[in-house]
Amino acid sequence: MTKKEEKVIEMDEKGDFEPKILGFLCNWCSYAGADLAGVSRYQYPPNVQCIRVMCSSRVDPMWILKALTDGADGVLIAGCHPGDCHYVEGNYRTRRRIAALKKILENYGLSDRVFLEWVSASEGKKFAEVITKVTNAIKELGPNPYKKRWEI
Amino acid sequence: MKLNGESPKIGVYICECGINISATVNVEKVVEYARTLPNVTVSRYYKYMCSDPGQALIKKDIKELGVDRVVVASCSPRMHEPTFRAVLEDAGLNPYCFEMANIREHCSWAHAHEKEKATEKAKDLVRMAVAKAKLLRPLEKKEVPVIRTALVIGGGISGIQAALEVANKGIKTYLVERSPSIGGRMAQLDKTFPTLDCSACILTPKMVDVARHPDIELLTYSIVEKVDGYIGNFKVTVRKKARYVDIDKCVGCGRCAEACRLKGRVDDEFNENLGKRSAIYVPFPQAVPLKYTIDPNKCIYLKTGKCGEFPPCKKACEANAINHEQKDEVVELDVGTIIVATGYDLFDPTEKPEYGYGKSNRVITGLEFERLVSSSGPTGGHIEIDGKEPKKVVFIQCVGSRDRKGNEYCSRVCCMYTAKHAHLVREKVRGAELTVYYTDVRAFGKGFEEFYNRVKDEGISYMRRELDDPIEVVEKDGKVVVKADGHPDIEADLVVLATAIIQRKDIGGLAKVLRISQGADRFFLEVHPKLRPMDTATRGIFLAGCCQGPKDIPDTVAQASGAAARAAIPILHGKIDLDPQTSEVIDKNCDGCAYCIDPCPYKALTLIEYMRDGAIKKTVEANEALCQGCGVCQATCPKQGIIVRGFTLEQISAMVQALLGVT
Repeated sequence: MTKKEEKVIEMDEKGDFEPKILGFLCNWCSYAGADLAGVSRYQYPPNVQCIRVMCSSRVDPMWILKALTDGADGVLIAGCHPGDCHYVEGNYRTRRRIAALKKILENYGLSDRVFLEWVSASEGKKFAEVITKVTNAIKELGPNPYKKRWEI
Repeated sequence: MKLNGESPKIGVYICECGINISATVNVEKVVEYARTLPNVTVSRYYKYMCSDPGQALIKKDIKELGVDRVVVASCSPRMHEPTFRAVLEDAGLNPYCFEMANIREHCSWAHAHEKEKATEKAKDLVRMAVAKAKLLRPLEKKEVPVIRTALVIGGGISGIQAALEVANKGIKTYLVERSPSIGGRMAQLDKTFPTLDCSACILTPKMVDVARHPDIELLTYSIVEKVDGYIGNFKVTVRKKARYVDIDKCVGCGRCAEACRLKGRVDDEFNENLGKRSAIYVPFPQAVPLKYTIDPNKCIYLKTGKCGEFPPCKKACEANAINHEQKDEVVELDVGTIIVATGYDLFDPTEKPEYGYGKSNRVITGLEFERLVSSSGPTGGHIEIDGKEPKKVVFIQCVGSRDRKGNEYCSRVCCMYTAKHAHLVREKVRGAELTVYYTDVRAFGKGFEEFYNRVKDEGISYMRRELDDPIEVVEKDGKVVVKADGHPDIEADLVVLATAIIQRKDIGGLAKVLRISQGADRFFLEVHPKLRPMDTATRGIFLAGCCQGPKDIPDTVAQASGAAARAAIPILHGKIDLDPQTSEVIDKNCDGCAYCIDPCPYKALTLIEYMRDGAIKKTVEANEALCQGCGVCQATCPKQGIIVRGFTLEQISAMVQALLGVT
């Protein structure tokens, strides 16, 4: 079997997999960017359900851990670009916090399921691209292995 | 108001939004699904939930069914959250017992071709909102007084108009301008399209009005360095740069500039460096205030500590106004609202070397042409290059705009100012041959098309070229040759580039100070492009003029008047509601570790000690007025000792669990 054929079979097997991804969007940039994506009718996969928070820096790492242990296939955190935080410097804290969290998650093989992205209020197109990218990456990874473990 | 404590009655209202939602999401299925969710008392759908009859449905259920938590699944909360909160308030329910699920922008519009999946997503979003709604608690709004002063940043036509309009409402207004005079770009213009009235003649009376106005305090040669606080109570730090001239003594006679040893040797920015000035100067004769300023980067005395035996400017000044020892002064202003009117820069055509700008003095920008043709300009209004009138002039449009690799936007004013320039050359230079290279003439404003037709009829040839077609301007034998693809070469005496309006190159600092965002085009971003074009996402800060996007003078003046009206509203009200969704310390959980204090960007948290049960208890105290509700404290706290109302740990956790189907 060639590499290409292998790939096709793998895709078919995972074809039915519709990941459930949790998104945290900051109110000022990324949520507004998501609104703009909708207004501009950019189409993206419906797999990411977003929760609006005022600032990305208020995303408690516990929420992310809880989501992953509760079976979310991925978690996206999106905030203002560095330097553009509505609250001056919140996103710098987000950046450090998520980096630390991903380091811990490496031990459990979950670190690739957490995404941190910067999307501004004017980047509707980018928002759609980010959601597409994240969804495809999770489809490639397959379901959260911990979900299965809990199910058994 | 009654609330059903532990077993709230939730009403869920799904909006069809005409067909914006219902064409993709099966609204009836979502309604049916919502009825199965815990604590949901009633679930309905309607064509337009935000309309009067839609609102009446909600009010009726609150009154008749005792609904005490409301979930509306419709558009973005950034759009209609305030609308629905008001509905709850009208019906006697606390407005914060409300949650919104965004099934339009985030669902129906984004998944238009996946109806079933979109319907499932809408169900998820509703389930998450219901889970949060169950845990919502009533919150009390906090009212704070608004300081009765306003600040306008930028003294061009937009800032002038805004300051006059605010001050005319009887509100004390500070106008801060960073250059030595107000007037801005409009002061540099010769005539204005399409009416051809003289720019200075309509601008300078307004400048004088500003100076004379009893309620306007003018701070020129000053920079806004810091903005703290919030709507109603901003604290603004302004640096008044040293002019090295006492403005109370200076009478503006100009003898100092005559005496300056650098007279006629310093590049004159007001004339786009086409003319020369002294090291002590006023930007232009009609400057307001008419007070001289020493250029610290040029003045010999300031640079070397010595200028001949005795500085000649000081010797010449009879009013004894010159003070080389003057220092910057930092002042603090307390203001209720802020209008940003910082104007624009011009695209630098050296970024596109094909236009030959910078290689030949015969290629100039639109603004340079304005100074060249202005009677107050370096040539006294004679159009001349190297002392000779140009007989063949070529105008090239869309330089630095409508460029998919650079500034994609249309700069909006260039078509008309080019038509005006061509007309002015026609008027002043007999027998001149004039060519305009254009791509599309955008004559959209009042009187624009008429003006364009008039100019064309004056024998000015308009030649069309595609934007992507190659064009090159090269110097040859004391002339410049314009080689445009598909057109014969033109040997011209002068080429005028219609350079685009761009955001101020150094605006980043101010954007950070004000905490307002910029779009992809770098212009300041308005909250809503259609319905709130003057508001920024930061409450109490408004936009006027070209800092928000390219505009002509009438649009700028209109927007400035609008921004002034917007900025005056909270001030005239005298008080403002602050969002109660701020931090709250849970004293029983807080052990005073103070981890949260350092991350708080507003210094809203302090560590305190008090006596409890005979022992010292450390805890953190939150200042509601300073807190902006970002919640960094909540995510930092390892002990659940501080929460942000409306976004508590339990509320968000409940949403996460609802999404994942965990109960």
